Amino acid sequence: MVGELEFEKPVIELRKKIAELKDFTMNADVDLSSEIEKLEARLEKLESDIYDHMKPWDRVQIARHPGRPTTLEYISLLFTDFFECHGDRTYGDDEAIVGGIAKYRGLPVTVIGHQRGKDTKENIRRNFGMPHPEGYRKALRLMKQADKFRRPIICFIDTKGAYPGKAAEERGQSEAIARNLFEMASLKVPVICIVIGEGGSGGALALGVGNHIHMLENSTYSVISPEGAAAILWKDAGQAKKAAESMKITAPDLKELGIVDEIIPEVKGGAHKDVKAQAEEMDAILHKSLKELRGLSEEQLVSHRYDKYKSIGEHSMIKEFIGVN
Amino acid sequence: MLKVFTKSKKKKYATIPSEMAKHDVPEGIMTKCPNCKKIMYTKELVKNLKVCFHCQYHHSMNSKERLASFLDENSFEELNAGMISENPLNFPGYLEKLEKDRKKTEINEAVVTGQGTVDGHPIVVAVMDSTFRMGSMGSVVGEKITLAIEKADELSVPFIIFTASGGARMQEGVLSLMQMAKTSVALKRFSDNGGLIISIMTHPTTGGVSASFASLGDYNLAEPGALIGFAGRRIIEQTIREELPEDFQTSEFLMKHGQLDAVISRIELKEKIATILSIHQQGGDIGW
Repeated sequence: MVGELEFEKPVIELRKKIAELKDFTMNADVDLSSEIEKLEARLEKLESDIYDHMKPWDRVQIARHPGRPTTLEYISLLFTDFFECHGDRTYGDDEAIVGGIAKYRGLPVTVIGHQRGKDTKENIRRNFGMPHPEGYRKALRLMKQADKFRRPIICFIDTKGAYPGKAAEERGQSEAIARNLFEMASLKVPVICIVIGEGGSGGALALGVGNHIHMLENSTYSVISPEGAAAILWKDAGQAKKAAESMKITAPDLKELGIVDEIIPEVKGGAHKDVKAQAEEMDAILHKSLKELRGLSEEQLVSHRYDKYKSIGEHSMIKEFIGVN
Repeated sequence: MLKVFTKSKKKKYATIPSEMAKHDVPEGIMTKCPNCKKIMYTKELVKNLKVCFHCQYHHSMNSKERLASFLDENSFEELNAGMISENPLNFPGYLEKLEKDRKKTEINEAVVTGQGTVDGHPIVVAVMDSTFRMGSMGSVVGEKITLAIEKADELSVPFIIFTASGGARMQEGVLSLMQMAKTSVALKRFSDNGGLIISIMTHPTTGGVSASFASLGDYNLAEPGALIGFAGRRIIEQTIREELPEDFQTSEFLMKHGQLDAVISRIELKEKIATILSIHQQGGDIGW
């Protein structure tokens, strides 16, 4: 099977064996049903052993799985009447970010998200989900429109990062990201961000200044990719696994750090195993989250967001110090 | 092999239809698509909203056809239908030209405005008509559009405009230029009051119209293959002495360059607009 991950190998092998035995029982005159039952029980135990104790690196693998559901898949399952809006009205239409208007359980909303491709051709068109400045400017345009029409905003985060390239720098990648952080602060509507895959650095955060931040259980959110961190810290990208473990990039880690509000449980083995079931899990949390935020006034929403970000970061004070005076 | 060269060509005959036969097919019953050159029944074409069956070319629509295809039946109520142009600069021949176009098109100016409904949603609509003075914008076009925007503001309903224009009307000089500002000022007030603006650019939307209300929608949409731009292709080519790409200033070109939210086929237009309108409906509580 394509897209099998290293750590799931024992499960997959055992499953294959069971299927073989079943096949054998069907065709030959031997009854192996008791054997099969035993093996199935073992499979169940093995599955829970593996999937309930996933290491950070395993989660990174799942978050990067080529079959992992994308923004547009969740949009089609969670929303109705989606109308996609293109373009930043200035330079171009960046297909690494999609956005538009839709209804969520009958309520008008604006939806925006990073969009990876599902195959090579689409990935090239969407630049592997790595946006240029025009992508962020399109997102901002749609957020301001949502603000004008008092629609809640839902952002799906799924990018390795903002695209590092010549054209992106020329058009002001930094300014575009910074502008989004700045402007998102003052939006008078509920903003809910959901990390569905990789949350790669500033490129992810540019859609991420929300009242609530939720994360799929096996997604990651980090200041840099594990490979990048390993290269900077130890001059060896090969040590990515070690970096993944020490950098606290998984959903449970971020929950502990007080950044993430809710962890959205994933179906066994990752969201790609059952998109529909996954969308249902997401729906429950999104609904609860939106209901809660809709109870806040415009001013309350802005100060709620302010307080959320103000409280992030750890520090302490010492009594004896040398100041400039 | 040699036969090919030696064989004398067969004589070819042309069939000249008799006078009788010529009159069998009355003028206008068939239409030839200017894009794919295929010929089809005009009636069928009109039924298909004037979209070519073969190549999806969008034949231009006048304001009457547009209103009939877009609004709910019998919902249209025209505003300021009787407003006509003066000749503020005493431009020679202007009034005669206007009179001629009024007769030809059976409308009084290059824009028709009014109230109506789309799939039950009340709106104010303005439709520019390129058959009247190339849809050019003079004082009357500016005033009628501004009044329509004010009407939408007063009624708190969305404002939808179909643009089709060669630009400012030369015969009214700088007064035409100022209509760009006048309409934009009105749109800004409407927008600040929370009004929804949808602009649908049709072939052609150029010059001062593209540089004012046509580009100021909350949603800027266009029909496929429409010419949309500020300066004309020939002017640009002559100024910069450079050949421009084939698809320069088409809807698709603009979409790629971030100027449009979507390019929508005329066949799906009403349905898509109804979706947008329903998302913007100021509905009551929907179980939330």
